[in-house]
Amino acid sequence: MTPRLRFVLQLGFTLLVCLFMIVPVVMSVLAGLTENYFVGLKSGLTLRWVDEVWALYSDTIWLSIRLALACLVVTIVLGVPAAYGLLRSRRRWANAIEETLLLPVAVPGLASALALLLAYGHYREFRDSWLFILVGHVLFTLPFMIRPVLAVMRSARLALLEEAAASLGAGFWRRFLTVVVPNCMSGILAGALMVVTLSIGEFNITWMLHTPLNKTLPVGLADSYASMRLEIGSAYTLIFLVMIVPLLITIQWLGRLTGQRH
Amino acid sequence: MNSSVSIDLEACGRTFAGGHTALHPLDLNIAAGETLVLLGPSGCGKTTTLRLISGLERPDPNGRVRFDQRDVTPLPIEKRKVGMVFQSYALFPNMNVAANIAYGLRIQRLPATEIQQRIDAVMAMTDLKGFGERRIDELSGGQKQRVALARAIAVRPRVLLFDEPLAALDAKLRDRLRIEIARLLKELGITAVYVTHDQSEAMALGDRIAVMHQGRIAQLGTPQEIYHRPASTFVADFIGAVNRLPVLAAGAAGRLVVHGGELHSPHLRGKRTLYCRPEDIHVVALDAAAIRGRVVESVFLGQSQRLLVDTGSDAPLQVDTGSRRQWRAGEAIGLAIPPEVLFHPEQQPRTEEVAHG
Amino acid sequence: MSAVSQQRPQAGAASSRTPVPTAALRGLGHPALWALVPALTLFCAFWLLPFARLVLMGAEVDRGSGVSAYLAILTHRQYLTSLAATLGISLVVSLAAVGIAGLAGFFLARHRFAGKSLLVASLTFPLAFPGVVVGFLVIMLGGRQGALAQLSLWLFDERWMFAYSLLGLFVGYLYFSIPRVITTVMAACDTLDRSLEEAARSLGASTWQVARDVIVPGIAPALLSTGAICFATSMGAFGTAFTLGTRMSILPLDIYGEFTNYANFSMAAALSVVLGVITWIALSVARRLAGGGLGAPA
Repeated sequence: MTPRLRFVLQLGFTLLVCLFMIVPVVMSVLAGLTENYFVGLKSGLTLRWVDEVWALYSDTIWLSIRLALACLVVTIVLGVPAAYGLLRSRRRWANAIEETLLLPVAVPGLASALALLLAYGHYREFRDSWLFILVGHVLFTLPFMIRPVLAVMRSARLALLEEAAASLGAGFWRRFLTVVVPNCMSGILAGALMVVTLSIGEFNITWMLHTPLNKTLPVGLADSYASMRLEIGSAYTLIFLVMIVPLLITIQWLGRLTGQRH
Repeated sequence: MNSSVSIDLEACGRTFAGGHTALHPLDLNIAAGETLVLLGPSGCGKTTTLRLISGLERPDPNGRVRFDQRDVTPLPIEKRKVGMVFQSYALFPNMNVAANIAYGLRIQRLPATEIQQRIDAVMAMTDLKGFGERRIDELSGGQKQRVALARAIAVRPRVLLFDEPLAALDAKLRDRLRIEIARLLKELGITAVYVTHDQSEAMALGDRIAVMHQGRIAQLGTPQEIYHRPASTFVADFIGAVNRLPVLAAGAAGRLVVHGGELHSPHLRGKRTLYCRPEDIHVVALDAAAIRGRVVESVFLGQSQRLLVDTGSDAPLQVDTGSRRQWRAGEAIGLAIPPEVLFHPEQQPRTEEVAHG
Repeated sequence: MSAVSQQRPQAGAASSRTPVPTAALRGLGHPALWALVPALTLFCAFWLLPFARLVLMGAEVDRGSGVSAYLAILTHRQYLTSLAATLGISLVVSLAAVGIAGLAGFFLARHRFAGKSLLVASLTFPLAFPGVVVGFLVIMLGGRQGALAQLSLWLFDERWMFAYSLLGLFVGYLYFSIPRVITTVMAACDTLDRSLEEAARSLGASTWQVARDVIVPGIAPALLSTGAICFATSMGAFGTAFTLGTRMSILPLDIYGEFTNYANFSMAAALSVVLGVITWIALSVARRLAGGGLGAPA
């Protein structure tokens, strides 16, 4: 086999895989913009379904945004100090603690949600508020904040920078705020994008924890897939994609940027 | 600049969790304004000693660190007013050059005008004029180390501590910065402790050198003492090249028989091995030679050449000589060793050394 | 080292050796450990304790069988088949994903051509699509009005569908597994020492021999690790199965059913714990192998 032929065959195969990934997305987008998908594109393009989704489900979108931002704030406030604590702990302890905090990711969301529900479900007010879902999201996304921040902290030789700051007279809090936090900004940014993306898309936990008054975007999606016509489900998916794809692309771009730097 | 302080370590040892002893309890006095170099191979305890002085590490329970007789052992580094220069620079990448230098000054809450004056002053001193707005990752290694130096001296520390500051730089830059640091230390008249594994750096910078080995001080003395009267075979080996000449028998009139001939060295009578540096051996005419041998190999070094001469002992003698005359392998050669260049580490006059302490 | 070389008492260095208490923690270390407290508190209160309760609940008597729910899982055909089906499909999906995406990922890592970054982007951006969306995309492919149905209707005048069967589940799991494997494989290929391949080639190895002897062993930890992550994700993939509304009996759907339809809490708890233990083991294996990377969820 010549290298040329091998290249073409491999490229063809890769393109097929790519088609598999892309075709359903394109179809879904088209379906959301088609007047009548059953008839096909010739029925004309329309934003009618998007409008309809907005009328039916805009509250889920706002709740998801609110949840994602709240989740972001909480994971930063908890996660950055936690990463710092892990950095400063003995390596063996740090690994054990990190592994423990990873449990809500390692265990299916359904199980975590069930545990949460059975333990706290009878506190009616808490259970009915969106904070209940927030707790689930925070547990689930926290490792995704800690991990990149800790990685940056380790690679930035933070211990050394802190020693330098201390030699110049800086106490703990000053070191933390002027040296530690600014130097792990790239980790916080990477973590933040991941946390927001995951929180907006989270379904497995949220589905168990949601109430009729607290529906997030993915919960609404599942709802529309089950009970609405295909065009509405598609239009709703389209809105979701518009929200999430820029985040995903930024994450990739950021990953490639840091990948190049190392 | 600030009046500098004397530093006293008393019984400062450091044992890490797990029982590894990085430093055996040691006593060390550093005079105010003195530059002391801690020299030794990696793992010898020199960095640990520096970190004990800085306050980054605490000594084991009995140890004491004093600055000007005042006990600073319980003080963390940020309270000790030391300036520190690290091997890997440790510049804050989130700040530009000026902000790095200003960092310690801001902590001292100095007025803005004074901060600016001090920045300008230290940047002039370290040849960094015009670099204030540069980002750290735009600097070369040498510039980074200059910024680190400027940052450390800007706060007017009582002590300057250097942790192998030149190790990450290439040879040429290292020489240049070494000269600059030496000049700066003279100018500032500040007490300095300088850790290195490079003997030429140690010789050039140190008022005194402490050669460290396996967590202890192997020898403490001026560069001249360390080089010419090493206290142990380890020191002799670590600082420069050294020849060992086993004594085979006592000859007539206080002479000692060694491989290839006889040596006259009354002050070393009774020793079983004699030591000398390669550059102290002279090449002489064969008939005037005290020792004869054959050239095994010659290594051309530019300003000199090193000959390996077989005199019948296990290891050939290393002889440094002028580089013009070419020696072929197998050629017969005559050598002379003046008595005063021969030494034996344990023969060191102890009184003299203590007097320097 | 001889005694001479040890430290000499210096003039004026009187060594007073009064024992003093030293701080147990280094100056820099102490407040740092407090930094972990908030995160750990939240974790213990809202995950560890509830999950511990879940583990205990699973030991309670199952309403349907009258024995401990854990025991019921092991003794009842219904749960065992469901467990086997879930394990089976997850395993097959992981193998297929590693095979397909491993090939594509290696190809992408080793060639430069116009439009490559677009190709890479479109292959990897569905990485964080939630399971529900993936389920819907499978419907777009193989549902009643899906791509396949339209194609077969046009070609053979028949409506071909697979979305609501086991195959649909397989395709959905494959869909969210492929981006994971591709990213991992590309990263692993980048870190692979090129000189090893060049050395093998210089010794006369053919392309296939190089792949077999150098590349595959070189990226094997990454392949195994990403495979384990795909496996764990597939095991717990509730959203996809839920959207497809499969009549298939798989663990996540069983748990949901026991909880909502039958209010059989002990069985739901026991199944959750079993599922959790399996995915946790798989992800631990993955982390041991790769030393990094979180198993992103579906």
